[in-house]
Amino acid sequence: MTATKEVIYAGGGSLSALPQETFILNVGPQHPAAHGVLRILMEMDGEWITSAEPIVGYIHRMHEKMGENRTYAKFLPNTSRIDYLAAMHYTHAFVGVVERAAKIEVPLRAEYIRVIVAELQRISSHLVGWGAWIMDLGGLTPILYAFDDREKILDLFEHICGARLTYCYHRFGGVCNDVDDFFLQGTRDFVPYMRKRLKMYRDLVTDNIIVRKRLEGIGIMDAEMCRRYGATGPVLRGAGVPYDVRRAEPYSIYAQFDFEIPHYPQGDSMARYLVRMDEMEQSLRIIEQALDQIPAGPVMGKVPRVLRLPAGDYCYAVEAGRGRFMIRLVSDGKDTAYRLKLRTPCLSNLSPFAEACRGMILPDALAMLGSLDLVIPDIDR
Amino acid sequence: MKPSLEQLTQEFTQLIGPAAGPAPAAPAPSAVQVVDFAARGVNLDVTVAPDQVVAAAQLLDRHGFSLDTITGVDWLAQGQMEVVYDYMHFTVNLRIAVRTRVPRDQAAVPTISTVFPGANWHERETHDFFGIFFTGHPKMSPPFLLPEDADFHPLKKDYKP
Repeated sequence: MTATKEVIYAGGGSLSALPQETFILNVGPQHPAAHGVLRILMEMDGEWITSAEPIVGYIHRMHEKMGENRTYAKFLPNTSRIDYLAAMHYTHAFVGVVERAAKIEVPLRAEYIRVIVAELQRISSHLVGWGAWIMDLGGLTPILYAFDDREKILDLFEHICGARLTYCYHRFGGVCNDVDDFFLQGTRDFVPYMRKRLKMYRDLVTDNIIVRKRLEGIGIMDAEMCRRYGATGPVLRGAGVPYDVRRAEPYSIYAQFDFEIPHYPQGDSMARYLVRMDEMEQSLRIIEQALDQIPAGPVMGKVPRVLRLPAGDYCYAVEAGRGRFMIRLVSDGKDTAYRLKLRTPCLSNLSPFAEACRGMILPDALAMLGSLDLVIPDIDR
Repeated sequence: MKPSLEQLTQEFTQLIGPAAGPAPAAPAPSAVQVVDFAARGVNLDVTVAPDQVVAAAQLLDRHGFSLDTITGVDWLAQGQMEVVYDYMHFTVNLRIAVRTRVPRDQAAVPTISTVFPGANWHERETHDFFGIFFTGHPKMSPPFLLPEDADFHPLKKDYKP
């Protein structure tokens, strides 16, 4: 850039003597690459971004207020509607924090079911993120494959809880329905099927030269940037930090499963891509182990009819599809929460964007925005 | 060098100790509490004075902690606003909550966005919901999540829609 500015023009003046004008580019709030109502106010110097400010809140619904003015059981369906692509994880976190506060014992079979559905959910969530992201990059076919595979997971979920997106499958003390042979056999068949598909995805997209050129070495978010902004999930693991809530704060029965935490040190968009692809493989490993070990027994523990949590504050975190989801619940002993804080991963993952995209060209910045795999209701709550 | 719970407990006790007031008041015994993670979800619960939140953030920044989130709690009966800072560590399994209380009618604490840039959005959100002002914050208005003309703070306990 500086070299071109020193070019002496035929007219006699140099480029640096000309007025250097920037212009404002408004991306969104309705833009296909934002996957929701996200607005980014960019200041451009020609093709280059000099500053970018994400503006959020267009679909803010004040879930935290709803958490304060209704009972715990009545708030349960809300948790499926924060990150609608990872509903199982969010409901798991909410029942987790209530069970931690009320000291409710969960039967072992229910814990296994929770792990199986959580890992299936992670695969379906990554599939949507993957397909939609590749669509941003101009490849329209992969999302059709991704939705085809996701359909199999949604059919399994529909069989156990009747819903295909906002499941609300968990209950305090267990899950609402036991799983039957249809679900268990269907999940067992899904594992080798998905492995074959993942191999096909690798051949189709991962090794594709255009994808490589668009993602490699672009959109660097290093480990230190992730730490300063609190970015977690595939974004952090793509910066080489093997941090996963399933290992760091083992919840449910994750401690007894053998799985790896995929991480890549490059910190570029490609690293975040590879982390997600490897995570699907690891989720299949966990599902396989859980299917082998799942015991018989009840799926609901003993839960008081009217749930009043002892006064105090409680935290519970899970590894959701997009990173660390944490709930801080403050109780004053009544049957509703005094304060319910939802710490969502997408908000923290988007906040370094302004710093990370400075000096990039616009198409690269949008490819990087896709690599964050944002779900806007998760930011706005 | 990885921080340990004992070391952090000691450093926080030192941090809180001398600044407890003009009179040499001893720090409250409950100001630095080691708590059971399985029951509460944090390892260390620290209560600091409002002017110590930046020092607490710097202390944890030195040890490689990351900011998890910031939130408020409105204690209407006591006439106080509480600000809770949650910290996490990516390689050491430690979760720390730092909390402070300010009078409800003049709720203001210094910003920690100078230490953790990620605090910027969390503080704006807390300002939206509770009206707590973060002194020195680069951008307290317009509202972050609420409508752009919102002049209310919906999580205040005396908020009437």
